[in-house]
Amino acid sequence: MNNLLVLPMVLPLLVGILLIFLRPFVKWQRVISFATLLFTFVLSIYLLLHVQQEGIITLDFGGWSPPFGISFVGDSFSLLLTATTYFIATICSLYSFSTMGKDKENMFVYPLVHLLLAGVSGSFLTGDLFNLYVCFEVMLLASYALIVLGGERVQLREAIKYVLVNVLSSFIFLIAIAYLYGVTGTLNLAHLSVRIAEAGQPPILTTIAIVFLLVFSLKAGLLLYFWLPGAYGAPPMAIAALFGALLTKVGIYALFRFFTMLFYHEPELTHTIIAVMAIVTMVGGSIGAVAYNDLRKIVSYNVVIAVGFILSGLAIFNEAAIEGSIYYLVHDMIVKAYLFLLVGVTIYLSGTQRLERMSGMIRNYPLLGWLFFLATISLAGIPPLSGFVGKVFVAQGAIDGQAFVLLAVTLISSIFVLYSLLRIFRTVFWGETIIGTDEMVPLRTGMILPCALLGAATLALGLGAESISGIVQDAVNTLLNPQVYIDAVLNRGGA
Amino acid sequence: MEILMFIVIGVLFTIGIYLLLARSLLRVIVSLMILSHGAHLLLLTMAGLNAEAPPLEHMADGGYTDPLPQALILTAIVISFGITAFLVVLGYRTYKVHNTDDLEKLRGSADE
Repeated sequence: MNNLLVLPMVLPLLVGILLIFLRPFVKWQRVISFATLLFTFVLSIYLLLHVQQEGIITLDFGGWSPPFGISFVGDSFSLLLTATTYFIATICSLYSFSTMGKDKENMFVYPLVHLLLAGVSGSFLTGDLFNLYVCFEVMLLASYALIVLGGERVQLREAIKYVLVNVLSSFIFLIAIAYLYGVTGTLNLAHLSVRIAEAGQPPILTTIAIVFLLVFSLKAGLLLYFWLPGAYGAPPMAIAALFGALLTKVGIYALFRFFTMLFYHEPELTHTIIAVMAIVTMVGGSIGAVAYNDLRKIVSYNVVIAVGFILSGLAIFNEAAIEGSIYYLVHDMIVKAYLFLLVGVTIYLSGTQRLERMSGMIRNYPLLGWLFFLATISLAGIPPLSGFVGKVFVAQGAIDGQAFVLLAVTLISSIFVLYSLLRIFRTVFWGETIIGTDEMVPLRTGMILPCALLGAATLALGLGAESISGIVQDAVNTLLNPQVYIDAVLNRGGA
Repeated sequence: MEILMFIVIGVLFTIGIYLLLARSLLRVIVSLMILSHGAHLLLLTMAGLNAEAPPLEHMADGGYTDPLPQALILTAIVISFGITAFLVVLGYRTYKVHNTDDLEKLRGSADE
């Protein structure tokens, strides 16, 4: 049973290798990759439900008991994110079938996407610090290759920056691991938590915590997001949707893990720094989102705002706020993929990504227009949709925790999100129709279907928030009580 | 011994960061190599540099040196080798397409 826990990472890895050999057979690549992603999604749902009944699943590789071996730990938080990841990946792969083009599909897109997903789910599931580093690198190397795939001028230019920033942050990650190993002498996350609690987090460990904060902020785009809008503007839209939905979220996941499980003894210092960074991120993202006339830039800055929003829940650090952040994290992964895909369709249909060159598209493409409107109100957090629940809980947590500055900034940033997207909706879909019905580009089912599915998912997640509330509460419980995690990993059976 | 190593690593990081801020792409790539050396040496040093037997079973008289950081460094070396190879090729392609290795000229967006 526990052996199933490795499959969300290993299955994409093996299938990715298999797909390398199937390079000329694009049809087979599509069939196999879609089947794998769907199967892994169902499997992660199964594991998630299993965790609800039986508690945290752990798997020790090679039978070496932790802290000596590497173990995988599946709790509600990591499996919820894994399931969401595969849901999005399945739908993005559907979208890529109809938009990627033969020349790219021939050049290892699907193998690289599978390797990326192996890295992402490995990062979610691992219980070992160095293994986390390796999974990050698996994910990042695949993303480097995906961002330049096609080799256009803008891709090369942005990829250089993206790769340099991430390589630098990987070295800082290594340095942080070296310091932490030098101080505590262990690499297992649960064991680290025990050792840090024993030492009571002296200043040296707080310093190391801040180095980790720096590393994961670079990955998540918290304050250090300057690389993000350019990098997410370069690759093909299906790939950009995967990046927007997954890559920053891995950094956010790592921040949540580290600052609730390891470095939670000095919240006045570390969590205040996170709060300040989150505020600056939201302000900067809001300015970026309303400043540009480029569709992809606006959407990329919306990713930045969401990162600030989710991390403000961590900064407040009480039950309601963390719960809100988890709801919002899941919502944001789905709805960012949704938004990127819609923007991709819009850019394909209008042939431009400049706002001022599009107008009145709702007459030609009513379904697309209303789906975009759904995305807008969902992101802004209008009640029946999925963004609402997370925002309410974070706001409630902020009131409980007396964090009124954060409360104000999170709510004002929602207005900026709404404004930036309504601006797109107003200029692109309303107004005078400039494309005649005879010369309009036909909208293909393969493009709009994935968008509609994601739209249905955000609607369902909003209406059925009750159904995942048990999972989210269990995740919050594990995050706020590290002892639950430690017991599951270190003190199994006997003690 | 550790103090000396820390000073050397500090010098490596200084050089690395100085080169990282250079305008030429090749210098930046070299700087990442130097930074990777710094990070790997730091991993080795932080685990302690006591002169004991290499971590091989048949050499067991007294203690061993810590084998774990050596495994970590080996992994990190391979990863940074892969990334460096990719980065060199990426730099070459960028040079071919953009006809410049000056990072100042590679900035900004297309619509400015």
